[in-house]
Amino acid sequence: MKTLVWVEHDGSAVKDATLAAVAAAAQMGAVDLLVAGSDVQGVAQRAAGIVGVGTVHVADDAAYAHALAENVAPLVVKLMADHDAFVAPATTTGKNVAPRVAALLDVMQISDILSVEGEDTFTRPIYAGNAIAKVRTRDAKKVITVRGTAFEKAAGEGGTAVIAPVESTGDQGLSVFEGAEIAKSARPELTSAKVVVSGGRALGSSEQFHAVIDPLADKLGAGVGASRAAVDAGYAPNDYQVGQTGKIVAPEVYVAVGISGAIQHLAGMKDSKTIVAINKDEDAPIFQVADIGLVGDLFKVVPELTEKL
Amino acid sequence: MKVLVAVKRVLDYNVKPRVKTDGSGVDLANVKMSMNPFDEIAVEEAIRLKDKGVTEIVVVSVGDAKAQETLRTALAMGADRAILVTSEEAVEPLGVAKILKAVAEEEKPDLIILGKQAIDGDNNQTGQMLAGLLGVGQGTFASKVELADGSVTVTREVDGGLETEKLVLPAIITTDLRLNEPRYASLPNIMKAKSKPLAQKTAADYGVDVSPRLTTLEVREPAKRQAGIRVADVDALVGKLKAMGVAN
Ligand SMILES: Cc1cc2nc3c(=O)[nH]c(=O)nc-3n(C[C@H](O)[C@H](O)[C@H](O)COP(=O)(O)OP(=O)(O)OC[C@H]3O[C@@H](n4cnc5c(N)ncnc54)[C@H](O)[C@@H]3O)c2cc1C
Ligand SMILES: Nc1ncnc2c1ncn2[C@@H]1O[C@H](COP(=O)(O)O)[C@@H](O)[C@H]1O
Repeated sequence: MKTLVWVEHDGSAVKDATLAAVAAAAQMGAVDLLVAGSDVQGVAQRAAGIVGVGTVHVADDAAYAHALAENVAPLVVKLMADHDAFVAPATTTGKNVAPRVAALLDVMQISDILSVEGEDTFTRPIYAGNAIAKVRTRDAKKVITVRGTAFEKAAGEGGTAVIAPVESTGDQGLSVFEGAEIAKSARPELTSAKVVVSGGRALGSSEQFHAVIDPLADKLGAGVGASRAAVDAGYAPNDYQVGQTGKIVAPEVYVAVGISGAIQHLAGMKDSKTIVAINKDEDAPIFQVADIGLVGDLFKVVPELTEKL
Repeated sequence: MKVLVAVKRVLDYNVKPRVKTDGSGVDLANVKMSMNPFDEIAVEEAIRLKDKGVTEIVVVSVGDAKAQETLRTALAMGADRAILVTSEEAVEPLGVAKILKAVAEEEKPDLIILGKQAIDGDNNQTGQMLAGLLGVGQGTFASKVELADGSVTVTREVDGGLETEKLVLPAIITTDLRLNEPRYASLPNIMKAKSKPLAQKTAADYGVDVSPRLTTLEVREPAKRQAGIRVADVDALVGKLKAMGVAN
């Protein structure tokens, strides 16, 4: 079996989520990569260093510059003539592109896999992770997205893959990229941070969110996350959201500050190694999953904690 | 201008799902079912576009006879007409996308709005698949939708922040949580919805093969976390964090 893995990148670096997808694909057989983008020879070089890869297919064309699904899907379909499976990380890009590919191949996608149980059998979370389904596909070709936190990452350096250019399938003329507001932060990325500090509705305002959460995160070298309620209220930007419909994280330590612990939030963080919860309500559901709980007023407790660390 | 909206009946988001002891699935007997929250947002968005040139909203659901309730809710919110495509067996996203494609070919909508994900299967596929099958643009995970002549501009929630794309109509949109806040249907509108048209079809009527591609071998509960401890004060917490090597 030969798998084509989507390389998630920002135009220069290969994103970590790719390495988990490669690890999942490696459990199924031989692995090739696809680097699509504009001016991506550097990315291709770096991708060729990922351990365990045969060929890096590189499609360098303006049509692929922003990974528009309309343009990228036909490219993947073309390469799928020589591959048995297409695997993408379950990032917003992977989730956008892979189902379109699946439909064009007449394949039922298997989303967000947690494990590879055999050539055609996988486990995946359903109902916000309250249940784990083991599914077997009868499709000849497979289209899969991979939950990054569920797989040990493949080594990013030391590999010696061959780089092979692919001819562009062109711009389909259906969509135009207009712009992006991508948050720049010196902090570790949420999905790969070793420590994450998240704030909830209790923070009360954007000012207080930053005044209370940021210094603690700085002390711990942590990424910063938020509950949906905090994001909806405008205390934190949308890319901070952790949960069923936000980002899935599984850091060494997850610190939940003023977060009640709704199942939709737990879905995004309950595989963290150690969960610390700070909440003034001793009956808050978050304490049912917390390894270490502290009952108290966050506005008092968190500054004191930051100070004493 | 016509908008098609796909709505699914799912376990209410406030209900804690319980895995059946025989490992065959999640227990849906005698539990509250509701419209998928993302689909409420999809219906709401279509209604709000009525000020922007939308003249008709058609809602579609694929499911068993009870999905009628979900369609009636959408009609009470403000949709004009409903289509129920019945199926005894659960239809996978690929099958739903094929049915929606057939409906779209009949109805010829300018815009099709779906939720980004159904909170039962958490697949996040159907909209993208439908766009692929129809060969049209897809604005997924939308937090803002601006309709213009012949095009729609969609702001999308992506991992790094926000992204804006312009799509040629007809196009597909899938909704994210912050697109809007759905209205509650008023009692008079619930009464009025009872007389709005609701057509009943089957997948076979559209000549679509929806036989499943996946077999669920087993559904189990995730590993339970060990009970944790409570610390009395910040000093005790600092001690724990230091012992774990998180702080020094
Ligand atoms: C379809 C759908 C998808 C969703 N997806 C997500 C998702 O991906 N992620 C997500 O997070 N949510 C999601 N939600 C929302 C989720 O159901 C909850 O509403 C949300 O997680 C609540 O956020 P919260 O814990 O910050 O707020 P609340 O539930 O309001 O909790 C605030 C907590 O702060 C505590 N508190 C208040 N003041 C203080 C103080 N001074 N000191 C200490 N503690 C204090 C309170 O005791 C309370 O426990 C989703 C909902 C739906 C319907
Ligand atoms: N059975 C169904 N009937 C109608 N719409 C559906 C159905 N299944 C999925 N959808 C639509 O597709 C979206 C995404 O669902 P999914 O791909 O299953 O996560 C939902 O939010 C609905 O808008």
